[in-house]
Parts: sequence; C-alpha cells; structure tokens
Amino acid sequence: MDAPVAAPVSVNAPLVEVDEVRLAYNRGAANDLLVLDDVSLALRDNEIAALLGRSGCGKSTLLRIIAGLMAPSSGAVRIGGEPVTGPAGQVAMVFQSFALFPWLTVLENVEIGLEAKGIAPEERKKRALGAIDLIGLDGYESAYPKELSGGMRQRVGLARALVVHPKVLLMDEPFSALDVLTAETLRTDLIDLWCEGRMPIASILMVTHNIEEAVLMSDRILLFSSNPGRISGEIRVDLRQPRNRLDPLFRQLVDDIYARMTAKPVGKPAREGLFPGSGIAMLLPRVSPNLQSGLMEAVADAPYNGRADLPPLAASLQMEVDELFPIAETLQLLRFAEIEEGDIRLTEAGKRFVQVDLDERKRMFSQHLVTYVPLAGHIKRVLDERPTHQAPARRFLDELEDHMSDAAAEQTLRAIISWARYGETFAYDEDSGVFSLENPA
Amino acid sequence: MNILAVADAVRTWPLALGRRGFFPNLNDIIVFVLIVGAFVAIAHGAREMKAPLTSLDVAPVVLDPLNLPDYALRTTLRMFAAILASLVFTFLVATLAAKSRKAELVIIPALDILQSVPVLGFLTFTVAFFLRLFPGSQLGAECAAIFAIFTAQAWNMTFSFYQSLRTVPSDLDEVSRHFRLSAWLRFWRLEVPFAAPGLIWNTMMSMSGGWFFVVASEAIAVGDTTVKLPGIGSWLALAIEQKNLGAVALAVATMAAVILCYDQLVFRPIIAWADKFRFEQTAAQQRPQSWVYDLVRRARLARRLFVPLKWTVSRLSLIRLPSRPQVPIARPDQGRIGDLLWLAVVLAATAAALWLTIRYLTATLAVSDVERAIGLGFLTLARVIVLIAAASLIWVPIGVWIGLRPWAAERVQPIAQFLAAFPANVLFPIAVVAIVSLRLDPDIWLSPLMVLGTQWYILFNVVAGASAFPTDLREASTLYRLRSWQWWRDVILPGIFPYYVTGALTASGGSWNASIVAEVASWGNIKLTAAGLGAFIAQATDAGDYPRVILGIGVMSVFVIAFNRLVWRPLYRLAERRFRLD
Repeated sequence: MDAPVAAPVSVNAPLVEVDEVRLAYNRGAANDLLVLDDVSLALRDNEIAALLGRSGCGKSTLLRIIAGLMAPSSGAVRIGGEPVTGPAGQVAMVFQSFALFPWLTVLENVEIGLEAKGIAPEERKKRALGAIDLIGLDGYESAYPKELSGGMRQRVGLARALVVHPKVLLMDEPFSALDVLTAETLRTDLIDLWCEGRMPIASILMVTHNIEEAVLMSDRILLFSSNPGRISGEIRVDLRQPRNRLDPLFRQLVDDIYARMTAKPVGKPAREGLFPGSGIAMLLPRVSPNLQSGLMEAVADAPYNGRADLPPLAASLQMEVDELFPIAETLQLLRFAEIEEGDIRLTEAGKRFVQVDLDERKRMFSQHLVTYVPLAGHIKRVLDERPTHQAPARRFLDELEDHMSDAAAEQTLRAIISWARYGETFAYDEDSGVFSLENPA
Repeated sequence: MNILAVADAVRTWPLALGRRGFFPNLNDIIVFVLIVGAFVAIAHGAREMKAPLTSLDVAPVVLDPLNLPDYALRTTLRMFAAILASLVFTFLVATLAAKSRKAELVIIPALDILQSVPVLGFLTFTVAFFLRLFPGSQLGAECAAIFAIFTAQAWNMTFSFYQSLRTVPSDLDEVSRHFRLSAWLRFWRLEVPFAAPGLIWNTMMSMSGGWFFVVASEAIAVGDTTVKLPGIGSWLALAIEQKNLGAVALAVATMAAVILCYDQLVFRPIIAWADKFRFEQTAAQQRPQSWVYDLVRRARLARRLFVPLKWTVSRLSLIRLPSRPQVPIARPDQGRIGDLLWLAVVLAATAAALWLTIRYLTATLAVSDVERAIGLGFLTLARVIVLIAAASLIWVPIGVWIGLRPWAAERVQPIAQFLAAFPANVLFPIAVVAIVSLRLDPDIWLSPLMVLGTQWYILFNVVAGASAFPTDLREASTLYRLRSWQWWRDVILPGIFPYYVTGALTASGGSWNASIVAEVASWGNIKLTAAGLGAFIAQATDAGDYPRVILGIGVMSVFVIAFNRLVWRPLYRLAERRFRLD
C-alpha cells in the first residue's frame, strides 16, 4: 500500500492555522509567567504532524488552545479559515488519561458526542457501532471502562473522537499511559487505518514526548522547546510507512532529534539554561539524589566509561526521555556532568563522586549544591546569618511564588529540601515548616 | 436462592434479548407485588393527608395497635416526601451555587451555618405559616411536619452535591466541553453521576437525621396550637402522656421494622446500583450486595417495564436548553468588580437583618437573658465534650477490636449503621422512667441521652478505619513486638485517626441538635429538666416565646460553629495532612 507521505502541498488555506499564539499567566505586573511564546504553525490536509517536546513545555496547552478549550493571551487559531472562539466542532481530541465516563458503557461513551449534537438515538447507535467496529472494539459495546485494559480504553477514546467525523484528530500523548506492547499495537493499528484511508479525518496533530513515537508515526515533527514554550525546529520524516525502528535512516533521525533536544539554548548561562527561570527563581525538578548517583554510576561504568549516548542509555535503563532528561540536567546543574550533542559526559567531580564512599559523597554533594544551585545557596546564607539559624519555609516559598506558579514553587522547594537532606546541608522540619542548620542528632 | 442462581446461569441470552424475555418468572412476580404494593400504600396515605383538620378531632390518635401500620405508613410517607423535597432543593440550589459566583457567595456560608444550626428550633416559625397556608386541612400541618424534616435533611445533601460539582475531574470536564455537551446533558451525564455516591451517602445520613425529627414534628405543640398528626411520633407522644410503657415498646418495634424495610427495599438496592458511579478506573474487589437489586435485575418482564422509562430518559437527554451560543473562555479577572458590588449588597442586607433581629430581641429581652443563654450554652458544651470523650473511650477500643477482625466487622457494621439510623428519642421515655424510679439527678443522667443516637457514628467509622488499616503495617508492628501502649499510640490510633475525626464530628453535631429534646424529657405529668441551652430552647418553644427561641438558636449556632471551626476543622486538616494512609 502506498503511504500518504509527502503529499503535494495543498494550494488551499491550511486546515489548522496557529498564528502567533502567546499565553501568559498573570502574576503581578512584572512577573508574568510566559507559557507559550509566539507559536505559529500550520497543519495541512492529509498529514500527521507531531508536536515533540518535554513534559511541561506547553505543548499540551497549545493543543487545548487549538481545540478551543483555552483562550490564548494573544494571537489566533483558525480552523478551515474560521477563527476558534470556543470548543471547536471540527476537531476531536483523544486524551492521555482516556477521560472516559466510568458510569457509561463503551457504546454510551462513544455516543456522547453525537448525543450532544442532538442526533436521534437510532442514528446515534448506528454510527457509534460503526466506529466501534472500525477501531476493533466489537463485542465490548456493553462493557464499562473499568472492565477494560488501558489499550482498549484508549480505543474507546479514539472511537469517541472519530464518530463525530472531525476534520482534525488531536491526540494528547495518547499512548503514554499504556504499557510498551499495548502502545505499539495501538500505534500500528492507527497507522494502518490512516494509510488505508479508513478514518473519516483529514489530518492528525499529536502531542508526544516520545522521540521514537514521533518518528514512527508522523510526516512532520515540530520540535517544541520549553520556557517559554515555542517551536524550535521542524523536521520532515520522509520514510515510507510501515516504518522500521531498526532502519539506519530511522536511527539517524532519532539521534539527530536527541541532539537537538539537548542542545543548549542560545543566550542563557550555559548550565542553568535548561531549567525554567534563573537564579533563585529557577524551577527545579524533583529528582532524588539516589537517581542522580545511580545515573552517574551507570555512566561511569562500562561500556560507557564516563561518556554515554543518551538514546541507548535511555533504552538500557528502560527509561523514557522524559524521565532521563531531568536527571541528566540536574547533574549538569550540579556540575557533575555535561550534556552535549545528545551525549552525557561525567565531569572530573562526577567521576570522583562515583569512586568515594557515602560520607564523602554527601560532603561533595552538599558543596556543589550550595555553590551551584542558587536557591540552596540563598537558604544556606540566610540560615548562617540568622542568630537562631532558623528560617520558615514560607518565606522562601513566597519569594518563589513571585516568579512561578504556586505548584511550581512547592515543587522547587521540595526538590531543595530533598537534596539538602541528602547532603546534610541544612535540615527541614516537616511539622513546623522551618529550615534550620541543626541536623537531628 | 440456589434455584434462582441456577436459573440465571442457564439463561444465557446476552443482554436478555431472548424471546423468552417476555415470559414472567418468579422474580417478576415478586417485583410486581412490591411495585403494586408501594403504589397502593402511597395512594392510601396521600388520600388521608388531604383530610380536613377537623377529622383529627373526630378520629384522634389512639393507642390501638391496629392503627399502628397506618401510622407507620403516614410517618414513612412524610419522610420520603421530605427527602424528595431535599433532593429537588439540592439539585437546584447546589447547581446554582456551583455555576454562579454571586449565588455562591451567599449560598455556601448560609449552608455552612444551616448545617450546624439546631433545626428543631425552626419548627416554631413554620407551623404557623403552613397552617395558615391550608386553612382547615390536615395538609397544612402535614406540610409543617414535612418542612421540619426537610430542614433536618437538606443542607448536608446540598453541600455534598455542591462539593462534587466543584471537584468534577478535569479531564471529564474537558471532554464535555470539547464535545459541547449542553448544560442539561452535562448535568445528567457528568455531574449527577459523579456526585451520586456522595449524595446517596448523605441522603442516607439525612434519612437517619430525619427520623429524629419526625417524632418531634408530628405532635406539634407551639404555644396554644396543638396538632397531633397520625403517625408514630404522635403515638409516642400519646404513650408518654398516658404513661403506657407497652405502647412505647410497640412504637420502638414498629420504628425498627420500618427502618429495616426501607433500608432493604430502597437504600440497599440503590447503593448496589450506584456502585457503577464510583469514580475509579479499576473494578473493586467487593461490590455492595442487595437481594432486592438482584431480584429486579433477574426479573425478565420487569426489565421490559423499564424500557419505556429508558426511552423517555433518552429522549429527555436530547432536550437542548437554550444556552448562550458560544461560551467564550473565561478570563480570571473578568467580573471582579461585579463580585465586589454583589458582596457589598449581601453584606448590607445581612447587616440590616442583624439590626432588625437585635431590635426585635431588645424590645423584650435584657442583657441578662443573653448572659443566661450563653451560660447555659457552656453547660451544654461541657456535656457534649464529656459525652463525646466518654463515647470515644468506650467505642474506639471496641471499634478497633472489631475492625481488625473481618468476620466481626462484617456482622457489626450493618448493626452499627442501623443503630445510627434509629431515632434515639423514641427510647427517652424508658430512660426517664429509670431516672424517676431510681431518683437520679436529671442534670447528670439526662445527658447521656444526647449521645444515645449519635455515638454509633464513632463506632462504625472506627470499625471502617480499622478494617482499612494496611495488613503490612500490622504485620510489621507484630514483627517488631510493639508493646501494647506503643502499639495504640504509634500504630493504630494514627491509622484510624481520619476515620475517627469524621465519626466524632458527626456525633458532636448530632449531640448539639439532640440536646433540645434530650435536656427536657417527660413521662406523663413528670417533667425532667437538665439545665442547658437545649432545655432553654425547648421551654421557650413550648411557651411560644419567639424572642427566646431566636436567642437560644442564635447562641447555639454560634457555639456549634465556633466549636467546629476551632476544634474539628483543625483536627480534620491534621488528619488529611499527616495521617492519610494512601
């Protein structure tokens, strides 16, 4: 069968047009939190496009803006030339969490969109059964979602989206809540249906953080970078369907994308650059020190011997990019490792860390923490200066909340607490919410 | 039962679509009898309700056991009328509060207060109103009684529904916006199903609370108005007047039978059916069982009866309420000024109402009255604290013992829930007889009546908590040979703490309410009174002394609200934060 890749560029207006969309959360005059920064894209007829980026980069938010579920701060979205001002009728979305009504049967779940359109029950049932048949759910019509496996649930989500005959299918990380095997089966089935032209849709726009998934399924990959979210590059995938993950061209493409996703952004302090914000207002991921030392040990060992290519490393550790990147970047922030060209390389300090015993590791970790993580240094200084050597966490939380969302502030402070506890840099008492220099004896 | 199970296994038609489905089976006959019986009972009771008020003089309530089934029916119908009214109120008011910020500003604090206010006090004001609304008909008195029960039931249901509406899962909210469900469809497909488990639980709690007041509200005696509506409550009042202990016992037995019946015939099936609304993505191990629900599901013909009903519902869901065409996506800062203006209006109205009340009260009351009411409030407060502490000391160890033994928990849990639903005030006369004959001090010995009905909440919550205690933690504590005090302090008490707080909170709220009936008890011409705010309100009600009723209710509300805010809320938050096991 012929794959519909490299379709001739249509002369008509694009199906979906995103025009300089910007989204900022209002946090007081000067501290607007920019989530999306001037994003423009066009989705054409007969293509699968993937928005590829790391979690929290705003790609799912963009998808919701396109679907009309959220309004941008500025900019516009047009579908078929019509501006989107509310939940759009020409798109249908598949959700990461499946978002099925647990109290409705499979059939009733699929019918919900038709019911909302006021279509008569008989017609509704006919169309829903058609969609259920298409997506391979025959025999499950009267089952409740909680009786189904994850893969089957996502099929219900797909049938529910397809049955309303949308022009564009939006998919928000549709496979990321599934196990590896189930996800692969569902991807293959979906691609088969698409290639055979059996789905009543003109285009698919999917959001993913899985590089291989993007290369496997899409005709065009839009790379999304974080903080603020914007499109940092576009890659055409001209491989024919069905694609083979072991094809050297496929591997080459995956490697390229890895390199581009770990590239240092221009114009920011080199090592801080990968986390949102700067200085003490840097949003930190909650990466446990055990994971950090584990990764350092893995990189230090054979066969990597201090330098590892990220894709095979991720594969051998059975980790997704989304899990591996934050650890690697935390190591980079702490100067235990460097990331370049999709490789991770231990620094001298990193190599030493792997060799020494636990007490020395803690000492090194604490030293790096205070020196290279501005917020940790800040808290330490405040504690040192105060005669009581105590300070309430609230105080630092307030400082952080000036620059980021409350949840992000909480996460950042939690990360610092966990790291400081490991390094025995300073103590935190959960009950009173107070930082102090005294470690419990 | 075995035969039924076999029959069910043999009949393997998928979805019961076989042609045999038109032939009735044994289950059909039972279901049919149940349905027809219910309709006949309702029609009979409704006809009686419309009778003229004077017919009560011709045929007053008498202590004839033959009348008791009819009285029980009348009382039950009142209960269900009130619960229906509460449901309608819940759907309307909670939805309004959840959808409109302006309404929310008024409704939620009001509900919060109404939830903790002694509803029995309202009786005084509503009786006069309803009697005037239907002059000469029993309907007026019926409405007054039903309204009194309603005021005991509606608030927590409304609150629960409102909270569910506010916590609809965000992905399902997105789906319903994305597929552009109309407000109507969204309500029935998303909001009501999601709220159903909490609402059903609260409805059951309300039903129990309602029983307590049905007894007090049937024999209406406000000032010089005295009406005795036919019902178990009037029967009981009469039995007390005539010092007829046998009649009291009969009333207790009837009450128990009625509660058992509606629990088995109404609530169990609803719970079993509503299990599908529980918001979880995995199938539960243990599903609630109900023989009535199984019966209905197995009945072949009965299913056919539901077909037109289902058809109607599916047509109803097609109704498209005129809604604003494209709801633009809300910006958070819109409408801020409108809210402030609205808040100002509300505050002004509150201030005006407060001023009017104070002016009304100061016309007849002096500062000394307020001081007295507050003093009595502290007395009642002391009773509540001591009794809850005592009930906790007794029931927590017992509850833990039971909860850790699944076989015992399985048997005790339904009994505890039944006891919580049983209106304890029915038992008061027995206690009064005991106090009088043993010459005990009523100030002390009337008090336990306050927790008689509410202590069970502590028991069954603790049982639930201990049953849910993780096995691995129990094994670990056995392995490390924790000594018994240490085991209580470090293992089980923190483990059941959130459950205990829920139970004790409910019990304490109920005790405040019960104080109005518990601090004054009578047996024939003997009247026992314990000094307290409850007695203060009860006496003022008897005398038709409106200013003192208002004062009493006001002071009690302040006490309850302060107690909840200062003690229970912080404990609740602590339980949420520190002692959650998941």
